[in-house]
Amino acid sequence: MAIVEVKTEITGNVWKIERVVGDEVGEDEPILILESMKMEIPVSAPESGEIVEILVEEGQTVTEGTVVARIKA
Amino acid sequence: MKKLLVANRGEIACRIFRSCRALGLSSVAVYSEADAASAHRLAADEAVLIGPAPARDSYLQVEKVIEAARQTGADAVHPGYGFLSENAGFAESVIAAGLTWIGPDPQSIRDMGDKQRARQIAEDAGVPVVPGSRRFEPGDLDGLQEAAEAVGYPLLVKAAGGGGGIGMRRVDAPGKLEETVVATQSMAQKSFSNGAVFLERFVPKARHVEIQVFGFGDGRAIHLFERDCSLQRRFQKVIEEARAPGLPDEVARAMAEAAVRLCEATRYSGAGTVEFIVDAESFAFFFLEMNTRIQVEHPVTEMITGRDLVAMQIDLARGSLTAFPQTEIGARGHAIECRIYAEDPAKMFMPAPGPLTIFHPPVDMANVRVDSGYREGDTVTPFYDPMIAKLIAHGGTREEARRTALAALAAFRIDGIRNNRTFLMACLEDGDFVRGDVHTGFIDAHRTRLLAA
Repeated sequence: MAIVEVKTEITGNVWKIERVVGDEVGEDEPILILESMKMEIPVSAPESGEIVEILVEEGQTVTEGTVVARIKA
Repeated sequence: MKKLLVANRGEIACRIFRSCRALGLSSVAVYSEADAASAHRLAADEAVLIGPAPARDSYLQVEKVIEAARQTGADAVHPGYGFLSENAGFAESVIAAGLTWIGPDPQSIRDMGDKQRARQIAEDAGVPVVPGSRRFEPGDLDGLQEAAEAVGYPLLVKAAGGGGGIGMRRVDAPGKLEETVVATQSMAQKSFSNGAVFLERFVPKARHVEIQVFGFGDGRAIHLFERDCSLQRRFQKVIEEARAPGLPDEVARAMAEAAVRLCEATRYSGAGTVEFIVDAESFAFFFLEMNTRIQVEHPVTEMITGRDLVAMQIDLARGSLTAFPQTEIGARGHAIECRIYAEDPAKMFMPAPGPLTIFHPPVDMANVRVDSGYREGDTVTPFYDPMIAKLIAHGGTREEARRTALAALAAFRIDGIRNNRTFLMACLEDGDFVRGDVHTGFIDAHRTRLLAA
């Protein structure tokens, strides 16, 4: 059981958080959607597992490389 | 008209303020909290804060923009492009507030904003539209072959209930027509619970060519030649040029005449752009849509014609521009515009906001124009579009313009954020581009070699 960090690849605003703590997610499944420069970009789980933490709120600005969630893989 | 408010931000707001200064008008900027220190705010004589960073809370707030005009005593509004520029309701609100609207009649905006209606208006004005057939319900193949001949091959069989490329099949010859139609009907019935299909001409290798028009609002109109905007990524233009390379004169003329007919028929008022899809092999052209505003790429037209399109818009709106004949518009040489975006070409052109630690446009080069709403030290935020500058080069020939654009891009120093500057250079240096072999699939088809360059 490893804890995996979910990081953003771009700078943007958290537009929609699609999952909650406790949800099981598959690899590449979106956890939240960022909005940046008129584009919607999903932030997806790097591995499948259970979401144990969500560290951002809708409307928050995040920079590239921000840890937005943790998964128990 | 004494004081003009620009309901926009970035480079286009700065560019409109330049024309205001040239015409002796004072200027008002509106800005969001994210743009408090932006170039466009400082470029205007006055500025009004209209809300928080997200566009829907600031630049798209009709009432706040009109209130800003009231507060500053502005008597005219220019919408720029994007945001509220093609919102007929905004134009009506501006007019209802007793202000001068710098743009076409709200009815023109509304008509052209509705794709079906725009297609009908174009057809009525004798402008070619993409040939299409009637609908064929499952079991109905009546007159199918004749309909296909009228549409022309290659064609697409499209599900009436489909969209976004789903439920589309290509047919190159009559032999395969019937079985494809039947198969598409059956697939459409299963996928969309609607088995109706129709035929539409398919253009395998297409160019995007548009005509800059200007209507005087009294049924008279002129054109300012064409622009080729084929180089696109994600349906957004990257490089535009005027005139269109390799387009036969008679085709360019026929397109311009069709665009002018459309403006005359609708008594169009002000600057507009009639967009066409052009078959890169046969040069057949079909109406796509009409944009009822100033376009991002208008500078290439200004470079070859020597006209200030924004000043023409303002002069028409304030009644100081009288109609003049087509013969007064000439084209000299060639111009190329490169859009510099804060994005990462290697990562599928993902947005790359951040601080512009270094930003030195090549401002002192002959035949080069740079339009930008950013300065060194600014931060490019994620709230608005990724374009940080437009670099436009003019030359006596296309090759001269291309070399000047390349030299200017090489001299343009940008750091702090990822951007497409070197990608643009690779496009300009690509053998196909040099030959003028441009089409809308260019960037997708040559992505690997463009990124490796």
